[in-house]
Amino acid sequence: MTNDADAEGTEATDYTDTELMIARAARELTDDDTVLVGVGVPNIACNLAKRTGASGLEMVYESGTVGSDPSRLPLSIGDPVLASNARSVVPMVQGFGYYLQAGRIDVGFLGGAQIDKHGSLNSTVIGDYDDPDVRLPGSGGACEIASNVERTLVITPHSRRRFPEEVDFVTSPGYVDGREGREALGLRGGPEAVITDMAVMAFDEAGEMYVTSVHPGVDREAVQAATGWELQFADDLAETTPPTAEELRLIREELDPDGVYTGGE
Amino acid sequence: MTVTDMPTAIESAVDDGDSVYLAGFTHLIPFAAGHELIRQGYEELTLVRATPDLVYDQLIAAGCADAVTFSWAGNPGVGSLRAFRRAVEEGVPNALELDEYSHFGLTSRLAAGAQDLPFVPLRTFLGSDYPDVNEHIRVVENPYDPDEEVVVVPPLTPDVAVVRAQRADRDGNAHVWGIQGELVEAAFAADTVVLTVEELVDESVIRSDPNRTVVTADVVDYVVEEPFGAHPSYAQGYYDRDNEAYLAWDETSTSHEGTVAWLDEWVHGVENRTEYMEKLGAERLLELLPKTSYNTAINMGAYQ
Repeated sequence: MTNDADAEGTEATDYTDTELMIARAARELTDDDTVLVGVGVPNIACNLAKRTGASGLEMVYESGTVGSDPSRLPLSIGDPVLASNARSVVPMVQGFGYYLQAGRIDVGFLGGAQIDKHGSLNSTVIGDYDDPDVRLPGSGGACEIASNVERTLVITPHSRRRFPEEVDFVTSPGYVDGREGREALGLRGGPEAVITDMAVMAFDEAGEMYVTSVHPGVDREAVQAATGWELQFADDLAETTPPTAEELRLIREELDPDGVYTGGE
Repeated sequence: MTVTDMPTAIESAVDDGDSVYLAGFTHLIPFAAGHELIRQGYEELTLVRATPDLVYDQLIAAGCADAVTFSWAGNPGVGSLRAFRRAVEEGVPNALELDEYSHFGLTSRLAAGAQDLPFVPLRTFLGSDYPDVNEHIRVVENPYDPDEEVVVVPPLTPDVAVVRAQRADRDGNAHVWGIQGELVEAAFAADTVVLTVEELVDESVIRSDPNRTVVTADVVDYVVEEPFGAHPSYAQGYYDRDNEAYLAWDETSTSHEGTVAWLDEWVHGVENRTEYMEKLGAERLLELLPKTSYNTAINMGAYQ
């Protein structure tokens, strides 16, 4: 196992799983990206990226705010701080149509109760659709985000229940029938990275999930045990770079000072 | 066009069994209209909203609905919509027929309704399981390229839409700023429209900034002035979301009995929105007021 530690920052040792996931997700974003942000942890990751090397990152929210510059942590994807000082605010049909569907969004954050080996997500029902064991919120904008951005990023806790071989319901398609199957449906891009509290995963040539790094203190057997299919691991499996002291300071002092999303672990 | 009060507008516009869209995406949710529907004891409504939010959780708990058309049923930023879940999972207080989309799917249906189109195409739903569970979502051949499959959805034309704006004149020409969500599409798609605003203003205020007028008198049937009518959601520039209320509902709604007790106190226990605000108290409302941040005025020009 190698350590891909970042030479620029001092690595911290005292951090939570959530802080690690946020810092790791922020590193997936570049200066040139336009990102469709979700509220909560993805929002913190995007704002962290803006402050740590992706200052040109453009944040768009599904409520129709374009180039948001939130002055405080938004409470929902429709928070007034996403509109105040934004570059533009458009009706939802225009945000989804002119921006997302037209291919103007590079990255989207998605979540769900289940994710399968091809990166398809379920946020609709656990069990049968017509007689569900658990009724989940549904798609929101997730289905169109999964279908129309170049790269989707998923941040989720890692457990056998959340990582079945096949999801109960495909809310947001991943590499359905592999990369070729996805392309044949006319869907753009696809899942890029899955960041959990145990590991980071990417998708291979066939569109199947594999582990690229495991977090400090986690071994591959534990990751496998928390996954509902035989999981592949990269030949050059690495240890996930922990957050730097500066990243932690930004998260704790500026981005989520009350610990709404990062506290209580 | 009638300028009236909310009880009269609701009583005149809505019938039992109607499909009703209380518009507003997190912003400008017409809670006062929802509470009036509950007070007047409506039954068998089809509730349509992208995000049912607390307002539909309350209508469902009150037994006013037997169907919901929606695209994301959660308590935004908090968690589950517990009354909605109880109805779907346990049939309490009654079962609900669901007609489910993604946000773009639902807002596309409204846009088709607003334009009187037979259907609209969209790049969503292929590869998902939604077409298998919703017969309205269909896949057709692209008439210009037989090799391509295209998803289409039909128009949605609610019987009634209640839309909220910051201000309007007495004819129903409304200014909205901040997040618009799907309120314009809902207003133009519905047969009957109730426009409810923070404040009525002179026509000259509206005409001074016509680009900000997103709903016009052409589609509005009733105009209601009701300050704080979107509480506990928010109105940009007027008041913030009352997040304590969203968190409290998460607790209140853990049991059906809890929701009924809340409705008894906060909906049936008050005569109208004014009493609701008096019960909330000035101190709580004042805490929700933002500081001012004015835009830079534009020059429309005065032409001879």
